[in-house]
Amino acid sequence: MRPSAILSAAIVWTLLGACGGGDIDPAQAGPAPQLPDPQRGLLPGMTIANPAPWDGRQPTVPQGYTISAIATDLKIPRQTLILPNGDILVAEGRGGDDAPSLKPKDVIAGYIKSKGTTSVESGNRLTLLRDGDADGRYEQRTVFAENLNAPYGLALVNGGLYVANQDALVRFDYRTGQTRASGPPVEVTDLPSAINHHWTKALAASPDGRYLYVGIGSNSNITERGMAAEVDRAMVWVVEARTGMHKPYATGLRNPTALAIQPGTGQLWAVVNERDELGPNLVPDYLTAVREGGFYGWPYSYWGQHVDQRVRPQDPQQVAAAIVPDYALGAHVAALGLAFSTPAMGAEFADGAFVGEHGSWNREQPAGYKVVFVPFRNGRPAGPPVDFVTGFLSDDGKTRGRPVGVTVDPRGALIVSDDLSNTVWRVIPE
Amino acid sequence: MFLGAVLSDFAYAQSYQIQWTNFASWLIAGGLVFAGLALLCAAIDLVRAERRGGRVLLYTLLLLATWVLGLVNALIHGKDAWASMPAGLVLSIIVAFLVIALTWLGFAGIRVGGAR
Repeated sequence: MRPSAILSAAIVWTLLGACGGGDIDPAQAGPAPQLPDPQRGLLPGMTIANPAPWDGRQPTVPQGYTISAIATDLKIPRQTLILPNGDILVAEGRGGDDAPSLKPKDVIAGYIKSKGTTSVESGNRLTLLRDGDADGRYEQRTVFAENLNAPYGLALVNGGLYVANQDALVRFDYRTGQTRASGPPVEVTDLPSAINHHWTKALAASPDGRYLYVGIGSNSNITERGMAAEVDRAMVWVVEARTGMHKPYATGLRNPTALAIQPGTGQLWAVVNERDELGPNLVPDYLTAVREGGFYGWPYSYWGQHVDQRVRPQDPQQVAAAIVPDYALGAHVAALGLAFSTPAMGAEFADGAFVGEHGSWNREQPAGYKVVFVPFRNGRPAGPPVDFVTGFLSDDGKTRGRPVGVTVDPRGALIVSDDLSNTVWRVIPE
Repeated sequence: MFLGAVLSDFAYAQSYQIQWTNFASWLIAGGLVFAGLALLCAAIDLVRAERRGGRVLLYTLLLLATWVLGLVNALIHGKDAWASMPAGLVLSIIVAFLVIALTWLGFAGIRVGGAR
């Protein structure tokens, strides 16, 4: 019996070692995060959200602010858009159903991760919320458009309402005050949608409305679906609005889940979700200005020149060219929302960007599950992130919500979508 | 199947084509199923054997070790892309070698039984 006893003891030890220490958060936010060495035991460290209803509880906001649910029972709200008359459009849906399981691992991991998300069916629609009497209660709710394909990114520019479905960029004609689209949308261009492992298509419009920027996520964590699956993936496209012609704007961005134009400068910024299974403190998700023609590392390297050994064949030339992102948000926080603030949000939160963090799975100690504010000075991130909306993950270990898109209402409100409780939250200064 | 896993792992190591490591993963999973059945039979055999010990005990323990190593190998193959290498290939070779040894041991046992 002795050899087998030793063997099983060794296995138990290895498994525990895989899940054990090292989760403690190092200083991982800011322009120069501490990056530990990669680590991965036999099993990846995992803690999956344990969903529970709000039951009268609410997320926590800073003193001087109040939060309220302005819409509930939605069908997986993701990103929102504030229309000129103050109406709010909500994109609802879930995509990525075509991504097949390639290994026994995919079958098991897919099942486990599904426990931490909503079981509601994909809405595939846009819902419009209206507060007709400006009392902060959005009493009118209509379906603006339906039969879309996992809509995510939204942008309104020059009378065109652009919607990034998981497989195509489409346009509705929009007149202020509409509660329902006047007809089916016109397709601007197809978007890469084969497999669609990271299916969300983020969207932002250039200030003059001539160009649209579309964020396209990679088709794998780290090329485990093969290099051929990554053609036209992990990049931001620039699309000419009038013709639909497109080209890569920046590449090597593993999963650019939200794009936003910085007011004043017109500069494109993105939040990007970085790779998993390198340990609890690798690799930080980040916020960065997106440079035209820039390469940001994926898959060959992360945070500049840190080579990822899991990628074969390697590419030292690409690694050398990789740009270091501007600002780390922390590993595994899963940033999915980005919005620049306005002075109407209050003095303390006037200059900077809000980031919605959906929350981790590849970590023993959960990270994210909140909305943070990244303060800016002179157009650049300055200082550590400040918690703005928390309480999605409560002390009893239950997860009551998971933030996705964040949008700033110029009249002074932050709109937060929550795709676990299927709620849209609104935070206002008192 | 474990032998097939070795060949697939080798093909992946040579070509970097992901599909080979996918093949290896499923072959190992399949190998674990059948090795698990064999382990069950061996355990029953061990309990029911008139004279315990010797060859049957050795066979069962070796099979158990093979199965456990196979499980570790399956978990290693669960790592993404090249992260499963080279440990995956090395373990696949060890497990395949053990399986060959077990097969030899098993058939040797039958001959002994037949001569009784």
